[in-house]
Amino acid sequence: MNTSVPLKRLVTRLLILVLAMFAFGFALVPIYDVMCKAFGINGKTAGQYEGEQIVDPSRQVRVQFLSTNAIDMVWEFHSKADEIVVNPGAVNEMLFVAYNPTDKPMTAQAIPSISPAEAAMYFHKTECFCFTQQVLQPGERIEMPVRFIVDRAMPKDVKHLTLAYTLFDITARQAPVAANSGG
Amino acid sequence: MSTVIDHGHADHAHGPAKGLMRWVLTTNHKDIGTMYLWFAFTMFLLGGSFAMVIRAELFQPGLQIVEPAFFNQMTTMHGLIMVFGAVMPAFVGLANWMIPLMIGAPDMALPRMNNFSFWLLPAAFLLLVSTLFSPGGGPNFGWTFYAPLSTTYAPESVTFFIFAIHLMGISSIMGAINVVATILNLRAPGMTLMKMPLFVWTWLITAFLLIAVMPVLAGCVTMMLMDIHFGTSFFSAAGGGDPVLFQHVFWFFGHPEVYIMILPAFGAVSSIIPTFSRKPLFGYTSMVYATASIAFLSFIVWAHHMFVVGIPLVGELFFMYATLLIAVPTGVKVFNWVSTMWQGSLTFETPMLFAVAFVILFTIGGFSGLMLAIAPADFQYHDTYFVVAHFHYVLVPGAIFGIFASAYYWLPKWTGHMYDETLGKLHFWLSFVGMNLAFFPMHFVGLAGMPRRIPDYNLQFADFNMVSSVGAFMFGATQIFFLFIVIKCIRGGTPAPAKPWDGAEGLEWSVPSPAPYHTFTTPPEVK
Ligand code: HEM
Ligand SMILES: [Cu+2]
Repeated sequence: MNTSVPLKRLVTRLLILVLAMFAFGFALVPIYDVMCKAFGINGKTAGQYEGEQIVDPSRQVRVQFLSTNAIDMVWEFHSKADEIVVNPGAVNEMLFVAYNPTDKPMTAQAIPSISPAEAAMYFHKTECFCFTQQVLQPGERIEMPVRFIVDRAMPKDVKHLTLAYTLFDITARQAPVAANSGG
Repeated sequence: MSTVIDHGHADHAHGPAKGLMRWVLTTNHKDIGTMYLWFAFTMFLLGGSFAMVIRAELFQPGLQIVEPAFFNQMTTMHGLIMVFGAVMPAFVGLANWMIPLMIGAPDMALPRMNNFSFWLLPAAFLLLVSTLFSPGGGPNFGWTFYAPLSTTYAPESVTFFIFAIHLMGISSIMGAINVVATILNLRAPGMTLMKMPLFVWTWLITAFLLIAVMPVLAGCVTMMLMDIHFGTSFFSAAGGGDPVLFQHVFWFFGHPEVYIMILPAFGAVSSIIPTFSRKPLFGYTSMVYATASIAFLSFIVWAHHMFVVGIPLVGELFFMYATLLIAVPTGVKVFNWVSTMWQGSLTFETPMLFAVAFVILFTIGGFSGLMLAIAPADFQYHDTYFVVAHFHYVLVPGAIFGIFASAYYWLPKWTGHMYDETLGKLHFWLSFVGMNLAFFPMHFVGLAGMPRRIPDYNLQFADFNMVSSVGAFMFGATQIFFLFIVIKCIRGGTPAPAKPWDGAEGLEWSVPSPAPYHTFTTPPEVK
């Protein structure tokens, strides 16, 4: 009775809208990841860095290390030093110690985060134990390296960085069979 | 507006069926509207009784009445039931009853689906409420169910919660599709879009909001379900996901949701204030555009709930300014309501009392919202009782008073009797005093730093909390009185004429009171 579309077509269109919005809900997941990467927000660090840089000896940045166990995680987990002073462009290394005090083999995954968040995109890891999972046998202790470069282009007002790792027990998800510990 | 009224004896045996099956099988918009309204009221009392438990525990500092674990279930269930069980179904009930009457349609466009969307709700809420009796207890992670509280650390019953949310979501989506189809396709000849009453307009926009965001909520709980049972890690940092992502997905739904709960009330109040001011609504067109802009803006402000999760500075600024911008169309609306009353011949029957209180108190809630929208200030206010004060000022004297105003306004049309005006006014004043006593002190304890969702508090907050609790008990008891007023009105009272309010406009007043089972089987002519 109006100039509008027939009922059936209207309802079909609305249903398509519903499905599209349902899909959009899931699309938010990759959109979120892309945004975090593109703008280096949320303290998320990128994957392995392949580039090389010239050292800037005139500038120094303090890098502080935090190691935290996620709830229910029982490993001993800490870095060998609390902080180091680095020059942008240089490759640095820090060792982290992990020890499985239980009588069961376990798998763990470390998740890194950088503060301040805007520095995350200037923090490059050339090697990190967080790129893989760790499997430790009962009573096993390992030292795990992280090698990183602070980008020369990092804003001058950032003089102090924190690299924080949270260690999660993922034994339930990833059975500790593979013997690639320390990888 | 003139109408050809043609109902009653001409078409035979089209009254309601008899007995219980009338309600189970009905496709009649008035029956379904009535069921929605009763369902919403039942949930209002249930969610209200949980609030009474909360306020009883908070009457004094220290732990007296309930275990902290149960307290958490009470805050969670109170929020979920009030949002999804009371406010949203009440507006769908009003839509069912009034939209066809307001646009001259014989029924909703999809009557069978209408029946189904209603009957999903009792199933959903039975499921949800039953979790309270399960061994690990019901949901305890707050109505916002942030991961990982609601995934890694959730009680077993979370799966039932997820399923209940799915059912409610399907119900709302079907209801919304029905509303859009009815409004776009079943308007009487001559009822152009810009002649529609504002309640119809605000519901059309609300329906689009529902269609846009309920599926996102469904996706959100589906991701939770997969994280809990199928080993994915959408929100689990251990597997490469991110709990902050949960908050983005949730609030992408959540902020439009708060407008879903208020826009229909805007519409109802925009009918009621002109009636009792005996003047046409000031600025009808601007009202329509303001509603549409609020709906649009509601999609780009969600992270104002997340100022403290560590979003970047540009994000803080963007979401702060976008949020502050919503005050502009909202201000237009308040201006228009006040201008409608300006120099009108005002009378203050119960619907008008609730509507005027709506304008004043909702504005207070809007102002506290503006304070929260200022990102640096929110660092202090976030997760305190100030936030609780804010959203109760927009939801209780906003959404709930809007529903009360509508109920009193249209009760004569629904029941054929006038409600008892003295009792109605008493209900208003008790509610008004009760709710202000309950929620106003929360501003102060919140600014002083009392955190929300905790069963105990520092001694310094004791007096204000006691006042809040007394106000809450008063407000709660008053709603039982409302039940009495409604039942009294259904059972008898002064017979209502077709148009009981002399200043009222609109097609719904052209049919007799009570509205016959079938109306506008021949479309009215709208000039
Ligand atoms: C001028 C309009 C408004 C502004 C500027 C505004 C702003 C805000 C802000 C910034 C917050 C987050 C505070 C925090 O968590 O720290 C908030 C919370 C909230 N607002 Fe509003 N708001 C407005 C209107 C409304 C309306 C109309 C409703 C509902 C009818 C509403 C319901 C809520 C709810 C339920 C919460 C709390 C959610 C939770 O954390 O549980 N607001 N508001
Ligand atoms: Cu919001």
